[in-house]
Amino acid sequence: MSTTTATPAPTEKLTAKDFTSDQEVRWCPGCGDYSILKQAQTIMPELGIPKENIAFVAGIGCASRFPYYMDTYGLHSIHGRATAVASGLKTTRPELSVWVVAGDGDGLSIGGNHTIHLLRRNINVNMMLFNNEIYGLTKGQYSPASPLGKISKSTPFGSIDYPFNPLALVLGAGGTFIARSMDRDPVHLRSMMKRAHEHHGTSFLEIYQNCNVFNDGAFEVFTEKASKKEETLMMEHGKPLIFGATADKGIKLDGFKPIVVNIADVSANDLWIHDERDEMKATLLTRFFDDPKKIGHMPRPFGIFLVQDKPTYDDAMNAQVADIIKAKGKGDLDALLRGRETWTIN
Amino acid sequence: MTTATQETKRQVENKELKNVVILFAGDSGDGIQLTGTQFTNTSALLGNDISTFPNFPAEIRAPQGTLAGVSGFQLHFGSVNIYTAGDHSDVMVVMNAAALKANIKSLKPGGIIIANMEGFGPKNLELAKYAKGDNPLKNGSLDKYKVYEVDVTKLTRACLEGSGLGVKDIDRSKNMFVLGFLLWMYNRSMDPTLSFLKEQFKKKPELIETNTKVLKAGYNYGETTETFTTRYEVKAAPMPKGIYRSIMGNQATAMGLIAAAKKSGLTLFYGTYPITPASDILHELAKHKNFDVKTFQAEDEIAAVCTAIGASFGGNLGVTGSSGPGIALKAEAIGLAVMLEIPLVIVNVQRGGPSTGLPTKTEQADLLQALYGRNGECPIVVVAAASPSDCFHMAFEACRISLEHMVPVMLLTDGYIANGSEPWRFPSASDIPEIKIKFATKPNSVVENADGTKIEKFLPYLRDEKLSRPWAVPGTKGLEHRIGGIEKENETGNISYDPENHEFMVKLRQEKVDRVANYVPEQKIDNGKEKGKILVLGWGSTYGSIKTAVKECIDEGIDVSHAHVKYMNPLPKNLGSILKNFDKVLMPEMNNGQFSKIIRDQFLTPTINFNKIKGIPFSSGELKEKIKEINK
Repeated sequence: MSTTTATPAPTEKLTAKDFTSDQEVRWCPGCGDYSILKQAQTIMPELGIPKENIAFVAGIGCASRFPYYMDTYGLHSIHGRATAVASGLKTTRPELSVWVVAGDGDGLSIGGNHTIHLLRRNINVNMMLFNNEIYGLTKGQYSPASPLGKISKSTPFGSIDYPFNPLALVLGAGGTFIARSMDRDPVHLRSMMKRAHEHHGTSFLEIYQNCNVFNDGAFEVFTEKASKKEETLMMEHGKPLIFGATADKGIKLDGFKPIVVNIADVSANDLWIHDERDEMKATLLTRFFDDPKKIGHMPRPFGIFLVQDKPTYDDAMNAQVADIIKAKGKGDLDALLRGRETWTIN
Repeated sequence: MTTATQETKRQVENKELKNVVILFAGDSGDGIQLTGTQFTNTSALLGNDISTFPNFPAEIRAPQGTLAGVSGFQLHFGSVNIYTAGDHSDVMVVMNAAALKANIKSLKPGGIIIANMEGFGPKNLELAKYAKGDNPLKNGSLDKYKVYEVDVTKLTRACLEGSGLGVKDIDRSKNMFVLGFLLWMYNRSMDPTLSFLKEQFKKKPELIETNTKVLKAGYNYGETTETFTTRYEVKAAPMPKGIYRSIMGNQATAMGLIAAAKKSGLTLFYGTYPITPASDILHELAKHKNFDVKTFQAEDEIAAVCTAIGASFGGNLGVTGSSGPGIALKAEAIGLAVMLEIPLVIVNVQRGGPSTGLPTKTEQADLLQALYGRNGECPIVVVAAASPSDCFHMAFEACRISLEHMVPVMLLTDGYIANGSEPWRFPSASDIPEIKIKFATKPNSVVENADGTKIEKFLPYLRDEKLSRPWAVPGTKGLEHRIGGIEKENETGNISYDPENHEFMVKLRQEKVDRVANYVPEQKIDNGKEKGKILVLGWGSTYGSIKTAVKECIDEGIDVSHAHVKYMNPLPKNLGSILKNFDKVLMPEMNNGQFSKIIRDQFLTPTINFNKIKGIPFSSGELKEKIKEINK
């Protein structure tokens, strides 16, 4: 009988399997989370960082079980607070790659405050928001991402509150990396995860994720072959915004107003060329949020809306401490205890 | 003892006193806290023992001249040992009519009132809600006191005439006049204040000059004005030899946290949200980033504690601090730390509750919240500081226990000791013990696979003799593991909903906290006999009042002892046997009997409750009375 260590030797190239924990995955069969987990496990070996330097932090909800299934460091915290836990971890351990997994209830409702403040501070973590527009773990109540009129267990006559436009919120909170992908497009999802990792600052990746038990088909117009091309706008940096069953439509800016045009009717130069570094254009793109049932609606954009370089809070915090140590010297406990004024009793 | 001195120009009596209580009171904009602090520091340097108690209104600038806006600073100094800020004042410096009205009840008969005349004009009298035409300085109501009316404002303005400062700025230095005068009255040197002014106004030298001028004018006013015929002397107190400094409780807490970080070799992370009266801990820590201190002003109380938990998961000393309302918001996250079994220190600077309650006043009513204020069976270690300087020791202890036992620890202080100050014979860094941290670095068990091969594995919830689990931090190769708030299996940490396992884990977490009792000092009798008639059992900031009352009762021949508990959960192992040694156990608390409930529950001891829930500390006088009452 041989004794070996549980982790491979450092020279060994890691595979997705090395990121698979020994825990049984307990999501419902057919849940979109499976695909997201698979893509995460697949890209991890390609990030070029040691496995032990990766930490997944989650709150509560179906999505938040994610850390248990990743063979990295993981913390399954409390409802809505993963972003705060991750903030404390990243600011004190900046060398770690910290990933936050949250559902739409976790990240936008109970944890909404922490989400916007994470974005405001631009702490260098990657937040994946699994948006299924429903509360799954509590068995089917509407969420702050559910569309108006949603029939759910808690809204049998239809919800009467408006949903968040999550990415517009993220942009408003100062997000420096804003992207959207979907569980049903593994190639796109993997590339978005990698880009999220590469970004230095808070990366916010919204992932449309199907809850096949409580909200089946919420995103099917975007994910199913029959409608996907017509309803989605797959953005690529430097390329014109084109969509449609036969890539026959494009977006053109008429002043500040985006309009849908037939490519045949315009010259290629007239089309909106996607620039992921343009904040004003990103603002317009996040507003492509129409109900797909609405006549004349805009297609829903996927890909990277915005990338911005901006100093991060974690860097600033550590730089400030280093600067003060440099200026004042490392703290002397005796001097601290002594204070400014003392007196002696003999 | 009375002696006449020849040094002064006129016949001035020099009277020696053992101890004096001075209350400075005025508008919160009158510089009361500064005047009090300067007088305190001067007296400390002279070797007096000291205790202070600042008393602020909840509003930063409450309407000027009103009763709601009165700010106070009470100072008790003596040539004898001092344990409280004093029950009643000997001297009251009142900057306006409202300050007089709000505090007159606490002045001793025959006490001295120094009244700023300008603050007793018609407008001020009206604001202080005196009847039209009524003036306490004129109506005879103060006949049993010695009243000195001083026109501080006019004298200050005269002193700075032609200084180039505007009237508003001139008036701001009138507190220096008062300070100068009191320094004369109590035979104190102006030097400490002069060097303070130099430091304070380094960048505005013109203010050094003007403030110095006013300070000296106040001193000379005493020297030359005929009305003042007595100066007082309070000699140095018999204190243990050593080097002292003055310390405030919140400052001491911050320093205790830094010391613990230094002695454990960890980075201190303080996640917090501003709240009265805990914010000064943040202010203090933020100044000391060269100790590798990381302060994080979070978006709310919940985020504050969660960032501390994240930092702790990362292998740092994670600390959060707040007051009662904030602690309520942190409850769920504290429960998470209990389940994660990682270090976390929570500081609760208690204030009057419930809800917003009395934000700037003191109370000890969060003990049961500390012990039980979470969902489920959720035990944590709780320690409490007894005095401003004790905040240092108990903050250090909270960190030590948390780190060595992998358990959340709550430190209870309160507004009284947090803002109060006392002389502190501070330790040298080398006298402070090391805190030994053992991060896990390799797998801690061998498990057998289905095929019979054995592999080394890391079990995150394997326990040592303290029942604490290994602390394996991200970045440690081969120890990747997942922890969370869901019930888990012992050793593996795997999620488990097994009924037997849950009960087992609940009891295990309780036992782990209980075993901390093996690692804390036994309870001592602070004062009095080991066995006798009455035991006064206290905890927290009531220490000084109880100490004084019991000491005086013992001096009068009463059979009474004092024990003061600092380790609130688990309680010291010998506490039960101490209780059995007394016929009666008196428990004074600034709450409705919370610790008493615990004592009755754990030891079936019939306690006598003595409760004060007024937002102010016990006076030693009322405690003495109570002791005498039950001694009958």
